[in-house]
Amino acid sequence: MSFAELIDTYWLYFLVGQYPKGPLGGLALTVLLGALALVLAFPLGVLFGLARVAPQRWLRWPVTALVYAVRGTPLLMVVFWAYFFLPSVTGHKTDQFSTMLAALVVFDGAYIAEIVRAGIQGLPKGQMECARSLGFSYAAAMRTVILPQATRHMLPSLVNQFVSTLKETSLGYIIGLSEVSFIASQINTQVLTRPTEVYLILGGTYFVLCFGLSRLAYAVEARQRRRLAPAKAFS
Amino acid sequence: MFDVSLVLSGQFRGWLLSGFVTSLQLTGLTLVLALPLATALALLRLAPSGVLRWLGFGLVEGVRSVPLLVHLLFWYFGAAELLPGPARQWLYAHDAEAACAVVALTLYTAAFMSEDIRSGIRAVPATQLEAGRALGFGFLATMRRVVLPQALHITVPPLISQTLNLWKNTSVATVIGTAELMYQAQKVETASFRGFETFVVATVAYLAVSLVITALAAAYHHRYPPRTA
Repeated sequence: MSFAELIDTYWLYFLVGQYPKGPLGGLALTVLLGALALVLAFPLGVLFGLARVAPQRWLRWPVTALVYAVRGTPLLMVVFWAYFFLPSVTGHKTDQFSTMLAALVVFDGAYIAEIVRAGIQGLPKGQMECARSLGFSYAAAMRTVILPQATRHMLPSLVNQFVSTLKETSLGYIIGLSEVSFIASQINTQVLTRPTEVYLILGGTYFVLCFGLSRLAYAVEARQRRRLAPAKAFS
Repeated sequence: MFDVSLVLSGQFRGWLLSGFVTSLQLTGLTLVLALPLATALALLRLAPSGVLRWLGFGLVEGVRSVPLLVHLLFWYFGAAELLPGPARQWLYAHDAEAACAVVALTLYTAAFMSEDIRSGIRAVPATQLEAGRALGFGFLATMRRVVLPQALHITVPPLISQTLNLWKNTSVATVIGTAELMYQAQKVETASFRGFETFVVATVAYLAVSLVITALAAAYHHRYPPRTA
């Protein structure tokens, strides 16, 4: 099979899996899984991040321990925990997509928590003190003063986290989720004679996606620097 | 019900222990190989020649933007096939799984580490390089004798955190059948039907080494606190 034939035969399977005759797969599933994981992990990460800087010790310590534990464990370990124990917790069989999604949400939640914490702690202390002395409660000051400013600082890190998440979805391969890496190795098994080309195309696909996004993070960062530069001159 | 001793005795203990040692060896060997490669890549990205800079940029971004899993699949299933016959036979006779894992992990880790080394070098004032050049040192000699020793201090903490990532990343090598901890844990789980106990042991083992690496970073921070200009 020539290179052109390879592309010609398998491009649709590579992009969407067996869809529309079967379940969605391929590159579309990778992007969907990555996006969904980030969207769901973000609120969790914000909650964890707030708990990490909370004045109450009973809140701060357990969450800190959890974040440290998740960050010290390989994602694959988290995936295996989800794979073997989600069914026994929820009571019914969990499909690969939900398993991978659950693992990614917990894992990314812990990482986003650190981004949120850094974003909050990166602000001058005076912001919180000022809001509190104006009569805001801790929660209201957090919500209306601190978080809106911190989110702006967090944006480039969050885009980078999305890049990481997209790369992490490839571990779905191990539990048989038909995302793009799995599909590529399926194609490789069917073609047999062109493993180098198949995996180069797979690598190239991830490269276009992830490199494009990391350039975006870079552009966002540069834009912010420009916008914040005049404000700095007065402080 | 829960009895860790079941998977910590007899052959299961042997399997898990050998996996743990293999993971540590993968980490150590990769670290030794990745550090010089990362330094070379960082220098490439800061080279006086534009062509070399672009080459460095392309290599680093090309490697970083592709998941480790794909690197492993490529080196094991793709690149190994390109080797000439005798070399390929030799490789398959000599633990090809571990060799491909080291190659993939080294490239992946080096790409990330080179970025940390590069920002460490950039944190050294440019006048240091200029002064070295003005005194008649070449680019590489100035780097080696003047800039790198100063950059090292700034670079150690991020490099420790990359080592932590490397330790966690060794687990992905299980996809090509490298007999590291995750692979052995799966093997024990299948053979013993003790999934919970096995994963507790493996998780504790991963966490323990991660905590040691984190403690190293904290100790370094305490011993050499970051200088404030």
